[in-house]
Amino acid sequence: MSHLLEVRDLEVKFALRFGDITAIDGVSFTLDKGERLGLVGESGAGKSVTGFSIINLISKPGFISRGSIHFEGEKISEYSDSKMRRIRGNRISMIFQDPMMTLNPVFTIGFQMIETLRAHRKITKADARAIALEKLKKVHIPSPEQRLDQYPHEMSGGMRQRIIIAISLLADPAIIIADEPTTALDVTIQAEIMDLLQELCETDQMGLILITHDLGVVSQVTEKIAVMYAGKIIEFGPTEQVVHSPVHPYTIGLIGSIPGSMAPGEDLKQIPGMMPTLTDIPPGCAFNPRCELREDICTRETPVLEEKQNGIKAACHMR
Amino acid sequence: MRKKYQQFKDSYFLYSFKNDKVAMLSFVVLLIFLFLALAAPFISPMNPYDAENIDIMNSEIPPMWVEDGTSEFPLGTDNQGRDMLSTMLYGLRTSIIIGLGAVALQAFIGIVVGLMAGYLGGKTDALLMRLADIQFSFPYLMVAIFMSAIFQMAFGLGSFERLAIPLLTIIIGLSNWPMFARTIRASVMGEKTKEYVEAARVIGLPQTTIMFRHVLPNSLTSVMVISTIQVANAIMSEAALSFLGLGMPVTKPSLGSLIRAGQEYFFSGSWWITVFPGIWLVIFVLVINLLGDWLRDVLNPKLYKG
Amino acid sequence: MVAFIIRRMIQALIVMLVISMVGFSIKNNIGDPVRDLVGERVTPEEREQIAQDMGLNDPFLIQYTRFVRQALKGDLGRSFLYNKPNLEVILKHAPATIELLIGTALIIIFVSLPLGVQSALKPKSILSRFTMSFSTLGVSMPVFLTAILLIYLFAVHWQVLPSYGRGETVDVFGNGYWMSGFLTIDGLKHLILPCVSLSSIMLPLFIRLIRSEMMEVLETEYIKYAWAKGLSPRRVWMVHAFKNTLLPVVTVFGVQMGIAFAFTLLTELVFQWQGVGFMFLEAVQRADISLLIAYLVIVASVFVLVNTFVDILYGFINPTVRIAGTK
Repeated sequence: MSHLLEVRDLEVKFALRFGDITAIDGVSFTLDKGERLGLVGESGAGKSVTGFSIINLISKPGFISRGSIHFEGEKISEYSDSKMRRIRGNRISMIFQDPMMTLNPVFTIGFQMIETLRAHRKITKADARAIALEKLKKVHIPSPEQRLDQYPHEMSGGMRQRIIIAISLLADPAIIIADEPTTALDVTIQAEIMDLLQELCETDQMGLILITHDLGVVSQVTEKIAVMYAGKIIEFGPTEQVVHSPVHPYTIGLIGSIPGSMAPGEDLKQIPGMMPTLTDIPPGCAFNPRCELREDICTRETPVLEEKQNGIKAACHMR
Repeated sequence: MRKKYQQFKDSYFLYSFKNDKVAMLSFVVLLIFLFLALAAPFISPMNPYDAENIDIMNSEIPPMWVEDGTSEFPLGTDNQGRDMLSTMLYGLRTSIIIGLGAVALQAFIGIVVGLMAGYLGGKTDALLMRLADIQFSFPYLMVAIFMSAIFQMAFGLGSFERLAIPLLTIIIGLSNWPMFARTIRASVMGEKTKEYVEAARVIGLPQTTIMFRHVLPNSLTSVMVISTIQVANAIMSEAALSFLGLGMPVTKPSLGSLIRAGQEYFFSGSWWITVFPGIWLVIFVLVINLLGDWLRDVLNPKLYKG
Repeated sequence: MVAFIIRRMIQALIVMLVISMVGFSIKNNIGDPVRDLVGERVTPEEREQIAQDMGLNDPFLIQYTRFVRQALKGDLGRSFLYNKPNLEVILKHAPATIELLIGTALIIIFVSLPLGVQSALKPKSILSRFTMSFSTLGVSMPVFLTAILLIYLFAVHWQVLPSYGRGETVDVFGNGYWMSGFLTIDGLKHLILPCVSLSSIMLPLFIRLIRSEMMEVLETEYIKYAWAKGLSPRRVWMVHAFKNTLLPVVTVFGVQMGIAFAFTLLTELVFQWQGVGFMFLEAVQRADISLLIAYLVIVASVFVLVNTFVDILYGFINPTVRIAGTK
């Protein structure tokens, strides 16, 4: 069965002065048309790097050392930069974290929207402007005509993020990769933005890869979840299942630490210790130093992601 | 003490220095220059500032490796008959004295102003920075030139010549303090919000103590970085002033005034009067700039890249 | 925005007032206006009478206000050296310096922009490394030394360019006020060496500035986003990165032109260039205080005006400043 997007055994390394370190160690997943996938994990787990790898925008000195990425049947991980450019912002769009930092402060919104369209289509400025207006309305921005001539700093954070979403929709992409889209926003705005994303993906059948550390957000919007830890996917399955009956001890700990997940009066569960940095990953299962279920095998053999229960795959020896 | 020495030896500072050949070479050259300047009265063949030593009949003798040169004047003589080598040594000395003195003065004024503005904030800050900005809007060289011209006219040439060294130090010192003030102020404003300052306040230490004994030492890295640039600037300013005739007088020439004197004779064949002091000046300022570049890279945490 | 402009202009006014006051008090205490007017061969009684007539014995403030009023009418005193009104002397010398500055500015813009951008985009290339090394050297060489060296190479050794003076000039307005060297080949030839010397000190700074600003801009999130949108490298570099780099560079340009002005004194001396710098040095040598103070007041005022203008201009170019109204 061919998927819209397929990531196969992706390995990404960073070439530093004293050697290479592995940021992503053998990650695989697929995304179909209209599917919404959540990529969850702490800072440093490798989720953002995964997102950037898909459109080949990993910051130097990072590079793909193994594996491949396929989009609409094509092996895009081997594309030249000029071919990749035709995909970025066009077939696969990306939304970054902080809308204030993402929009260029010295150009108007209209300028930044029109140039995106004209980079991928041969159309006139007038036509591009019309499409831009249409997309602005789609993301429910009031008085869109005026917004086109305004500068980023003249708007609120929530409005800026909507504009970024509008920009990502301009070329009617097949997939949107959203990297922590709501982290920099107020809680009330967060919900609005997530609702908007969900609505857009449903109506236009766009695929969504939602990268976040916020379990609450991911459990509402996505259909399947991949949990990442120290560069690997350690749990993968339908959102509903993973959130209500997680398999991997780390995921259990994560779910347990959401405020509100415990009965009133009970302590929030905390996972002792910290996720290892990329240079200090322990042998065997990367999670083993912090795991209650740890046995001898866990310190020697790296567990493989395999089907456990309820359609969930997990990488654990003990479960 | 020993511990501090050990810390220094292990530090990134030293490591970076030893690895950077340019920095090391520059440092060595700088030391040589400093030594020459310090030892000038002892190692130069004659004292060029003493009119008795000069015989106009000796003027424009070429360096000793050229025809007509003698070993008595290894690098030749200038248009007044002074030995080039001696004049250059004394000139270097003068330039260094003025350069360091001026920067010390700039640093002093700038640090006090910047500290007060940054720490006390409010109206003091607004007023002091307004003053600094106003002076800053005029190029410092212009200010120095004006001051020098006015002093010369006010005191008359004779007094000006006698007081040249301290006067030039003051002039150059006063012309460029805003740079220090701004830098320190920025640094202090960053430090002001840190906990150790709050702790000191809570204990009840008086403001001046907090400013000078606590905040200042932590703001010194930025001062160190601009100090090197400022020394280079000060030395170039002195050379420029002397070249214009507004600096060291002809009787006590510095490198700049030598170049000026040499200009007329340069095209008629006595190239050494301009070339030798020129080369010295350029190399000297160059090594200071190179060291300053290295210092800036070392002290700047942002640039800890792979 | 309007408030910002008004505030800046008031500040400019205050500064000019202070400068004129300082200039005037210097003139009062050092100069001898009586001598400036009538020369040396006058008896003490006649001097006293003239001083009284000129109002030299009036209180300071009255003299100062008189000075300001006259200045605003265009009378800045008389040069005893040239025996003409100061304003006229200065205005006649100014075009030479201005043309020097224009030539230098052109060289700086056309050389530093490409080199700076290039060394930011490809920092490890041979051209970039060469540029950076040269710029450290350029900063260490005093402008007058570069000038002498250039004269030797091009005027004496190879004999392709003239070694001093402005060459053939054209009277632009027909009244002797603007003698331009831009309109003749000979004049242009004479402009080359001085402008190159002057720019040698400024180029290093600009190249480094453009390079470091651009490198910083290239690391920003919005540039990364521009890549993510699929824009071509040319667009990302030449439109986005470039405009963001240009903004801080433009402000520095104004300041640097001021510094260039200081260096014109040195250049004019070496090349015997009859600009205001040269005039200033002559005035110092011959102790013409009146001319000197007039020069001080005019130059300082020009600086204040230009700075104010640049500040306001920056407010227009940089959209983020407009609303806040502050730097």
